[in-house]
Amino acid sequence: MTSDMATRARHSPGDEGTDTAGRRARWRSAARWEVGLVVVLIGVLVFGAGESSTFVDPTTFFYLGINIGYIAIMALPMTLIVMTGEIDLSVASMLGLSGSVLGVLWHHGWSFVPAVVVALLVGALGGALNGILVAKAGLPSIAVTIGTLTLFRGLAEILLGSLTVPAAGDRQFPAALTNIGVAPIPGTQLSYTTVIFLVLAVVCGVVLHATPLGRAMHAVGLQPEAAQFSGIRVRRIKFWLYVVSGVVCAFAGMLLTLQNSSVSYSAGTGLELNVVAIVLFGGVSIFGGRGTVVGVVLSVAIFGALQMALTQLNVQPEIQNIITGALLLISVVVPNGGEAIGRLRERIKRK
Amino acid sequence: MSTDTAARPVRRFESLLRARELGIAIVIVLVVAITAVRNSNFLDAQSVQQLLSGAALIALLSVGETMVIITRNVDLSVGSTVGLSAYVFGDLFKYQHISVVAGFAVGIVLGAVVGAVNGLVTTVLRVPSLVVTLAMLYVIRGVDGMIVNGHTIDPTAIPHAFTEVGYRTLFGVPWLAIIVIVVVAVAGYAMRSFRASRDLYAIGSNPEAAALAGIPAGRRVFTAFVISGTLAGLAGALFLALHAQVDNSGGIGYELAVVAAVVVGGVAIFGGSGTVVGAALGALLLNTINQALVASKVSSFWNMAVAGGLLLAAIAFDRWLSLRVARGLKSARGVHRDV
Repeated sequence: MTSDMATRARHSPGDEGTDTAGRRARWRSAARWEVGLVVVLIGVLVFGAGESSTFVDPTTFFYLGINIGYIAIMALPMTLIVMTGEIDLSVASMLGLSGSVLGVLWHHGWSFVPAVVVALLVGALGGALNGILVAKAGLPSIAVTIGTLTLFRGLAEILLGSLTVPAAGDRQFPAALTNIGVAPIPGTQLSYTTVIFLVLAVVCGVVLHATPLGRAMHAVGLQPEAAQFSGIRVRRIKFWLYVVSGVVCAFAGMLLTLQNSSVSYSAGTGLELNVVAIVLFGGVSIFGGRGTVVGVVLSVAIFGALQMALTQLNVQPEIQNIITGALLLISVVVPNGGEAIGRLRERIKRK
Repeated sequence: MSTDTAARPVRRFESLLRARELGIAIVIVLVVAITAVRNSNFLDAQSVQQLLSGAALIALLSVGETMVIITRNVDLSVGSTVGLSAYVFGDLFKYQHISVVAGFAVGIVLGAVVGAVNGLVTTVLRVPSLVVTLAMLYVIRGVDGMIVNGHTIDPTAIPHAFTEVGYRTLFGVPWLAIIVIVVVAVAGYAMRSFRASRDLYAIGSNPEAAALAGIPAGRRVFTAFVISGTLAGLAGALFLALHAQVDNSGGIGYELAVVAAVVVGGVAIFGGSGTVVGAALGALLLNTINQALVASKVSSFWNMAVAGGLLLAAIAFDRWLSLRVARGLKSARGVHRDV
């Protein structure tokens, strides 16, 4: 993602160093992308409201949160990792692994809190493994995390096998907690996952756009060597981002387990690419250094609302796939199309 | 630079690559030997045939994927393309009663079209192939789902002569494996000998230098995507021959299995080095380990974890190797060179 997106946004107030013209250009194009997303979101909402009588309904919002909340939560650490020019394809496997750890401990009679603590620890350890291989050993993150994607899912399979917890004769998960799958937060129509996502999004947004650490992440993504020479601890930042990603995805695994009141080793299989799609559609550059949390939140809202609208209209899931792909294509084609046309015109002129 | 100073590190590097393929082959032999000791049935003709057929599709896809990855790109749409090609092929059998040859042609052309779209968008718009092919993964899977529309192509709809491709053997080697071996051999030869294919390595090693050297990068990368798509189309046809049935889930998840095989096979994920033979051996190794676990009566639940561990080991080993090569070149020539 270059050109328009290349001049995109740093929202942080610490931009004093750059010249005003550059900053204005950056703000303008940043605004353009997020504004585009807002327009798309409004379009989706208008479409949904116009076509489906049940779309404008509080329960729609609740189920939207149930459907996409845990995926959206995984998109936040992914955003930070992609900002630094790396990727984490093991997120969905970590979700499955932590759910399986929780499940197997529950199956063996552990009480809930210790089981959750262990599952989150497993998340931290898995993230640390990614972090060591990527940040310390300097291995390519796409290859490493395809490896840990397979490894984590494999470990989940070893732990649970064909078992679905709670199995026959097991205790049910605590009803007060599995309630998050059926009831919104009292007094609102928000699912717990929605609120957790929004809180985490604010935290991520503040860290990325308003702290020195966030500035450092931008720098690492834009110019790793320059960042290194300017005293940014590139490796340490990457390492801890992977640990955070592991813990957050493990947490998403708990939420999904509670939401479904059950877990099997295959929970969330294949979701890693959905998460990547959400982040990229949100305007985060796959090469790192560019993107905003606001964009990712809008992207989540668009995918979630679209899915709800199309499901209510009984549109086949296949068409939803096509729309997901088309949106993703548009997100790279639109910012680069103008430049490509310019190149073609120049070539024709030369001939 | 005179030719002989340039030739030495190149030859040395090549011999290391060759050693890499040898290394994978040795590991395969070791796995087979250890498993055969524990379970004598593992070397039965039938079991070996199963081993080869099982690895064939991923090995075939890994050939195209290798060409794409060597140029610093990636093709994540292959799994969906396999599914689409397999179903369309089966559908034509069922309702149009077309000939086997025509079916193959349709599958291959479909794959080539997908590859051309990937290649065009990537090279003309200069956007990251990971995003483009990820988008295509969804689009093609969606189109496939619409065509499938909940139906299944079952064995009764498929001519016998065609499913025979999936299980018949020639001198004990399954037809499926022969087709793949021929493709790997041709591609392996081409990747060593043709100028255009050497260009792929140049583009992946150093895009700026390749452009300055006058290599038509766009055209070459486009071709690599078309080849990858074409082979995915062919793999779809073979998928149908092997399984004799297909629904809307054909080929799901293949994309990451293929990338895994390619990486285990010694192809650098950031381009510039690796061979199709290595990648195909990587696919064979991963499948051999799967089958070995089954034959050793290790619970099949262990498959994925072992495959994942192996993949990580392969990546770490590559890094160690390239660091050694870099150090070796440095001390041999007294100057710093990037490998």
